[in-house]
Amino acid sequence: MPSISRDEVAHLAKLARLAVSEDELDLFAGQLDVILQSVASVGDIATADIPPTSHAVPLTNVFREDVVRPSLGQQQALSGAPEAEDGRFRVPRILGEEA
Amino acid sequence: MTNDLIHATAAELAAKIHSGEVSSVEVTQAHLDRITETDGKVHAFLHVDTEGALAQARRVDEAVKAGEQVSPLAGVPLALKDVMATECVPTTVGSKILEGWIPPYDATVTRKLKEAGVVILGKTNMDEFAMGSSTENSAYGPTHNPWDLDRIPGGSGGGSSAALAALQAPLAIGTDTGGSIRQPGAVTGTVGVKPTYGGVSRYGLVAFSSSLDQAGPCARTVLDAALLHEVIAGYDHMDSTSINAPVPPVVAAAREGLNGDLSGLRIGVVTQFSGEGYQQGVARSFEAAVSQLKELGAEIADVSCPSFDYALPAYYLIAPSECSSNLARFDAMRYGLRVGDDGTRSTEEVMSLTREAGFGPEVKRRIMIGTYALSSGYYDAYYGSAQKVRTLITQDFAKAFENFDVLISPTTPTTAFKIGERANDPMAMYKADLCTIPANLAGTPAMSVPSGLSDEDGMPVGLQIMAPALQDHRMYRVAAAYEAARGAFGGPSL
Repeated sequence: MPSISRDEVAHLAKLARLAVSEDELDLFAGQLDVILQSVASVGDIATADIPPTSHAVPLTNVFREDVVRPSLGQQQALSGAPEAEDGRFRVPRILGEEA
Repeated sequence: MTNDLIHATAAELAAKIHSGEVSSVEVTQAHLDRITETDGKVHAFLHVDTEGALAQARRVDEAVKAGEQVSPLAGVPLALKDVMATECVPTTVGSKILEGWIPPYDATVTRKLKEAGVVILGKTNMDEFAMGSSTENSAYGPTHNPWDLDRIPGGSGGGSSAALAALQAPLAIGTDTGGSIRQPGAVTGTVGVKPTYGGVSRYGLVAFSSSLDQAGPCARTVLDAALLHEVIAGYDHMDSTSINAPVPPVVAAAREGLNGDLSGLRIGVVTQFSGEGYQQGVARSFEAAVSQLKELGAEIADVSCPSFDYALPAYYLIAPSECSSNLARFDAMRYGLRVGDDGTRSTEEVMSLTREAGFGPEVKRRIMIGTYALSSGYYDAYYGSAQKVRTLITQDFAKAFENFDVLISPTTPTTAFKIGERANDPMAMYKADLCTIPANLAGTPAMSVPSGLSDEDGMPVGLQIMAPALQDHRMYRVAAAYEAARGAFGGPSL
């Protein structure tokens, strides 16, 4: 099983949107390596003929009648927003990120 | 009087409140006072809702006075794990990322408790996002085990179980993804039940690993847990994985168990959960429990479930994978913390800075493990293989239940360890969940009932009882019979 490098951990952090510090990279690289080496043993018994289980209870799509029911109002939905404006969520700029 | 009220079971308190012998306000105040006296040492609560609790107590008292029919636990106080959304009451999940968040709605469990007249005292401490086995991962500081304040109360629901052991509440709610109800129950000498997956609604439960998360009752007696189970269980159209089937008759089963007869009941001892790594005092307590169950008439034999040896690694791939997806919602845009928004930074930069500041180390580790396990090139070897192991575990359970009505094991390999002892060694910490994880992966019900104290260190030990899906009542019957035979084992002095 390949070990996980510091650079790979930095890439994972970027994918997961975690601005981890240099110190954390050192710590996590070691820990993630130990954890991944340990959990890799699932491969020992997971042979090709075994079907995967994603969910303990077999369920198919659940349908319900399309009826209007009470739900959160605009004010309630915005009540926990870090910033709101004109009844909307206010977010930092989303364009020109690569500039 | 106050002393009697905090030592009483929920069933006893309900009877006294409903007959008018005491008021719910008196009972509630006694527990609020106990919290004030002891929580400086224990730190079971993150938030105490004095006003809301007393208002609910007054409503129940008025209903009793008016001669109205009230539900079985009306007026009885409860400690609610801070993972359940509570309208107008803070819900943090033990994380800085939700510090100060006031949910605009109630979780289904919260709503059912309120409708049943249960008095919610406050929100209990937990490992951040329910990730942990010691409550040390809470962003708000650890909870201390009332039996020995230097030791952990288990996790993730350490606050709920510690509150029960400290007589701060007779009832509590936990959630169990890999053992977070049962392991804290075991190490604090209290009862903890993980119902069949889908038995209790997940609506409003802050998600960690959606295919494993299950809320359940915590109490000091089996009957109290059963009474609470029936309050919170049942189909909910707000949870697409909720099971549309009648709630198992757990209260009747607990009462039946109290007659102490388990004649003809077949109990399997899972051989994988013994030997190396199991503390001597835990092993001896388990052997004593097996003897007592035999005396009650049960037929006991060993059963081997070989795939259970792979449950821990499978869990530590599946749970992080689901968490890496679930926790993507904490994006600093709609609720919760936002850090670094100085007008120059992009949404993505603010998101990364916020998640870095708002999540603790264990949450970050799991998000990254999950991100890795789900990434192309590694998916088959990690997440895909873990899902196959899940199939094998389900098959091992099915085979075992062909010959046995319930399965038993110790709940956890050791008694409560010292605070700080495993904090820097994630794999050592993960091993606390060795025996509890299979039931989560298979979706089957399991519970922990105290089996007395370890003769080595005087700390509580738990007996785990596992049953087939939707047969929750079987384990309640066994647990109640065992509890009566076991007798009292004392309590912590605070």
